[in-house]
This record gives sequence, C-alpha cells and structure tokens, in this order.
Amino acid sequence: MHEVGLMQSALALAVEQTKSQGLSKIHSIDLNVGELSGVVPEALKFAFEVVSVGTLAEGAQLNLNVVHTLCYCRHCCREFYPMSWIYKCPRCQCLSSDIREGQNLELVSLEMS
Amino acid sequence: MFGQNNQNAKENRTLFRHLLSLNLLSSPGSGKTTLIERLLQDLDLITKHPDRPILAGVIVGDLATDHDAEKLRKTGTPTIQINTGNLCHLEAAGVAKAAQQLDLAALDLLIIENVGNLVCPALYDLGEDLRIVVMSVTEGEDKPLKYPATFKSADAVVISKCDIAAAVGFNRAGTMAYLSQVVPQAQVFEVSAKTGEGLGPFYGYLKQVMGSHQARAESYLLQT
Repeated sequence: MHEVGLMQSALALAVEQTKSQGLSKIHSIDLNVGELSGVVPEALKFAFEVVSVGTLAEGAQLNLNVVHTLCYCRHCCREFYPMSWIYKCPRCQCLSSDIREGQNLELVSLEMS
Repeated sequence: MFGQNNQNAKENRTLFRHLLSLNLLSSPGSGKTTLIERLLQDLDLITKHPDRPILAGVIVGDLATDHDAEKLRKTGTPTIQINTGNLCHLEAAGVAKAAQQLDLAALDLLIIENVGNLVCPALYDLGEDLRIVVMSVTEGEDKPLKYPATFKSADAVVISKCDIAAAVGFNRAGTMAYLSQVVPQAQVFEVSAKTGEGLGPFYGYLKQVMGSHQARAESYLLQT
C-alpha cells in the first residue's frame, strides 16, 4: 500500500546521486528488501514502473535482493535464520526478539552513465 | 529508504524526551479510542505525585473525519486530529507537525492513536517510547501470526473488550500461546475499558515506565 511512496524516495535518492556525479542516465538500481520491511517486492516493481516515467531512471532495470531475517540467540550467543514467524533458536529452542537483519529497505547500488 | 522517516522520528524523540509517548496500533474497531478515553479519565491512577496531576495530549490519525478527536476532547484533553487522506499510516513528520499545535513542554504524556491498520504503521517509527498493539477478544487468536511484523514491534499488547470474551467465544489459551511465541518480549494485558476490568496492571505498567522515564529526564536536565 505504501510501496509507491517508498519507491519515490528511493528514486529521489538515486536521481540525486546520479546528478551529483554529473551523470544523466540510470541503467539499473539494486535494492535490498528485508523480509520484515513490510514491503511486497511485486508491488515495489509495479510502483517503480509508474514513478520512474519521465525521470533519469525511466527504462532502468530494478533488481530486488530479498534479505532474510537474522536473529540473535542470547543464550547461545549465536545468530540464526528463523524458519517461520516464530523465532525459535534451532539449538536451544529459546525464543528471540533480537532481530539483526531483515528489517531494512536499502538502496545498495546504482549503474549510471 | 525509511531514512527520512527515521531521521524525523529521531528528531521527535528529542522533542518528546521529557514526556512519555505512546503509539497505539490495532485493526480498525479494536477499541483504541475507547481505551484512550478511559485512560484519560483515569490519569490520577498512573501518577507518582498525587499532588500534581498528569497532563496529557493526544494525536489521532484517521483516513477521514474528526469523530475520534471530538470524542477524546470531551475528556478535556487537547487532541489533534490528523486526516491522512489515502495514507494508511502515520509518519513521523506528520506527528511532528501535529505536535506543534500542542503545548508539548507542559505535557507529561503524549498518546498517538495510529490509523487502524495492522500492516503499514508497524514500519514507521514515530519517535515513541512505547509501542502498544491492541487486539480485541473478537479477533481470531492467530492475529499475531497473521500480522507478525506489527506484533513483533510491540512493547506491550493490550487485549481489549474482555467483558464480552465469553459471549464471543474468545480463545484465550490460543491467543496467549501465539503472543508468547510471536512477541516474547511484550507484556500482555487483558482489559475492558468499559468495565475497568484488568486496567490496574496496565496502569501499573505505564506508571512504572513513566517513573523511570521521568527519572531519566530529570537526570538529563541535571546534566545540562
């Protein structure tokens, strides 16, 4: 539902970067999409097609890299990838609420000319 | 990409540092407004200094209408309504703008009632101290599993409308089991804003957080 707004801010960042380097065309945009970021990748792609029209990124390739949720178990002092929405440590079965990765939405790289 | 909102939320945190701020999230119709209304009537129960009443302010978000604000203003509490139009959540910048209309410096408690929605509001930090997710006994016990991002972000969960739990066949054991699995860190309170049932422990929790918050704010003031 909010993917259009998020895509607009990503695009604004990308355009700003491109212009600041004296370039005028964006060929590809790589985004990291956390599993917990609440964003639907398909909706993000659709939003990109709509909001990129008439910008430096029109026609650019959008690559979405899904970042899995990574939790930290305080008992085992180790990180683990939960298998479901219940973040249970596979070693000690304790529940974790310490999330280390998978919440963000990040613009990681741009291909420009 | 949440950068701008996170930055605004950080600024709000500085703006709100002397008070306790709550962000209430729930599905539409879970009873957020009624719970806030009751809390505003019971403010004496959460103060540590009986000689000095708690001053509260409310910011309420809805797609349209100011019905909730009208309702809350009847308690005598300054209330600012944000109409988000088609936006499904509140953002930190909107809250900052609404907060300008309140006498923030005089407040001890700021309650933010988010738009009724269990999806998007979870992603937007408003700069609050506590995020409270409300679910009513009329909702399915697997709600925490269906909306994990929201429940996982909660500091506390309030189960509302407990006075009608029996009538609607509320699956208490199932709800508690899912909550403890999905959101192990949260304190859970079972309340009825209508009858007052279970509000004691919830107020006790707010009082405790408010106390430690005030101690922190005072030590901050002493340092500066």
